[in-house]
Amino acid sequence: MNRLASAKPWLLSGPALLLFLVFLLIPLVMTFLLSFNSFSFYGGIEESYGLGNYIEILSDSYFYEIFLRTFLIALGTTILCVLLGVPEAYILLRMRPFARSLMLLVVLGPLLISVVVRTLGWSILLGNKGVINEFLIRLDLISSPVKMLYTSGGIVVALVHVMIPFMIIAVWAALQRRDASAEQAAESLGASPVKVFTRIVLPQAMPGILSGSLIVFSLSASAFATPAILGGRRIKVISTTVYDEFLNTLNWPLGAAIAVLLLVSVLVIMLSWNRLVEKRYSGVFE
Amino acid sequence: MSFLEIKALTKRFFDMTAVDDFSLSVERGEFVSLLGPSGCGKTTTLQMIAGFEDPSSGSIILNGRNLSKVPARKRGLGIVFQTYALFPHMTVEQNVAFGLEMRGISGDDRRQKIANALDLVKLSHLAKRFPKAMSGGQRQRVALARALVIEPELLLLDEPLSNLDAKLREEMQLELRRIQQDAGVTTLLVTHDQSEAMALSDRIAVMQNGRLMQIGTPFDTYESPKSSFISNFLGKSNCLDARLISTGDDGAKLDVNGIQITGPAVNLLPGKVLISLRPERIDIVDSAEGVLPARVLERIFLGDQWLFRLETTIGNLLVVRRNRGRREAEPGETVHIAWLPEHLRILPQSQENVA
Ligand SMILES: Nc1ncnc2c1ncn2[C@@H]1O[C@H](COP(=O)(O)OP(=O)(O)OP(=O)(O)O)[C@@H](O)[C@H]1O
Ligand SMILES: [Mg+2]
Repeated sequence: MNRLASAKPWLLSGPALLLFLVFLLIPLVMTFLLSFNSFSFYGGIEESYGLGNYIEILSDSYFYEIFLRTFLIALGTTILCVLLGVPEAYILLRMRPFARSLMLLVVLGPLLISVVVRTLGWSILLGNKGVINEFLIRLDLISSPVKMLYTSGGIVVALVHVMIPFMIIAVWAALQRRDASAEQAAESLGASPVKVFTRIVLPQAMPGILSGSLIVFSLSASAFATPAILGGRRIKVISTTVYDEFLNTLNWPLGAAIAVLLLVSVLVIMLSWNRLVEKRYSGVFE
Repeated sequence: MSFLEIKALTKRFFDMTAVDDFSLSVERGEFVSLLGPSGCGKTTTLQMIAGFEDPSSGSIILNGRNLSKVPARKRGLGIVFQTYALFPHMTVEQNVAFGLEMRGISGDDRRQKIANALDLVKLSHLAKRFPKAMSGGQRQRVALARALVIEPELLLLDEPLSNLDAKLREEMQLELRRIQQDAGVTTLLVTHDQSEAMALSDRIAVMQNGRLMQIGTPFDTYESPKSSFISNFLGKSNCLDARLISTGDDGAKLDVNGIQITGPAVNLLPGKVLISLRPERIDIVDSAEGVLPARVLERIFLGDQWLFRLETTIGNLLVVRRNRGRREAEPGETVHIAWLPEHLRILPQSQENVA
């Protein structure tokens, strides 16, 4: 009886654990092991273990550039998502119920459409012969097209579009718990609307902003479809580099090593961010 | 002109009228309660005074200043919300400091004011706490300190005690009254708790369906309710249908269910009326002095009181008797009851028709 009771939690979480093991842990471990193998153009993957791949990556400025670009794109995306998502979430919360559910659908709508479709849409907009450039040229505002496709900026814009729902949901969840009459209280104490937002609403949204940033940053750093379509061969990020190593060069071990480095660096950034957040906000909110 | 003048204030939401032609004047330093059942428009009235709702018509004049065009943040009122509405990310001290900060008060002046306010509500020792680590009563006092520290001309309280348990509520009532008198601030309290309104206020304004029904001191309102609604809302009351036969200098003659009784003279025409008699004004007496015989249906022991439900020829009556530690009549027993004719209140039949 007692034995059964203590086994219960394990039995109940068994299916999830199995899924976790088969679909996450095993591929991860295999990728990790693969990253230590070596590769030659004629012999393919060799069953030897060494740090050769890591040394190759860490001593090549080409890879540094790719890593830096990836994290700058992720950072830019995160910052833009905060700047746009926080006011948007607050405005949504203050709408009347009917308008709110309608607008929420609009905001979350992008999540219902495939990333590839959305990104192809952006490439139609951003291209040299794209809608935006054509429009600006028609209006005689510019004489030659502005380069937007195949730039980091273009990737950031499209990523923001993909990621902003996550930020809005996170901030929404944080703000929904708040007592809205605190804003009235602040107003009655003489705060202007700007002061109410910066001093009362924003601090209460902070836990949501921080967890939303975590999600957006890590998803952007490892995003594939958007940079692949909008960056092409020219603007490479880590995930597209891994893809190329696996499918074009067929150097799987090197690709695996890059993937492991991406995982580790995102993990380190996330954990230190989380530490910071917990230190700052423990004991303030219920 | 009074300190606060509310004139014909009306608020309509779509097709329903939440506040209807509400007029009230409050003197400086006075404590007035808005009392009424749930949904009668108390909060709406307070929100219009605070500036969070626009009146459909009517005016609010505070200390000679018409508030209709003044935004909430420029009205300088202290407001305590039902949920306290403390800023969760700020300590007690920071909560109290917020209003001073918005007024550009800084340095020693600010520190002094915060210290005084926390002193007033006896929370100096918790200045560095966050609201979530405080009890309901403490939070309520923080909200009070935060509202008072800006030295408001008018303090608005929206059911500030309704979240507290009965014991704490009683303590906080005394505390609230002390704080209000120490600070000398004109106060408007919204409540649906009649005992709270009576304990705290200089005057009570009873509301029903968005209208002001009666205003007066707690004693006058309790003693001379203008309608059966008010007499039932303020304390317990026995209300009976009656017919007014005649009224004159020697009092009124009434017919209640075929029994002739007398009451105080009233300014009403003979015809159908209501009579109201407080349970504590009816006495259980020896048969010789009794006005009516009655049979005990039920009795409930309330500690300091006994509550009886009696069956009489004029209808069922509630009677309250102080517990003197003696034997009291038991259910099924027949007793005799008496009351003084002047304790009878004669009210017009229709509740709307308040003379
Ligand atoms: N924004 C609004 N839109 C429509 N009707 C409203 C709105 N606010 C309040 N009402 C209505 O106005 C009436 C008065 O509401 P109010 O909140 O003033 O009641 P109250 O006396 O404070 O009640 P309680 O004691 O329950 O707090 C209610 O019938 C309510 O349904
Ligand atoms: Mg209310």
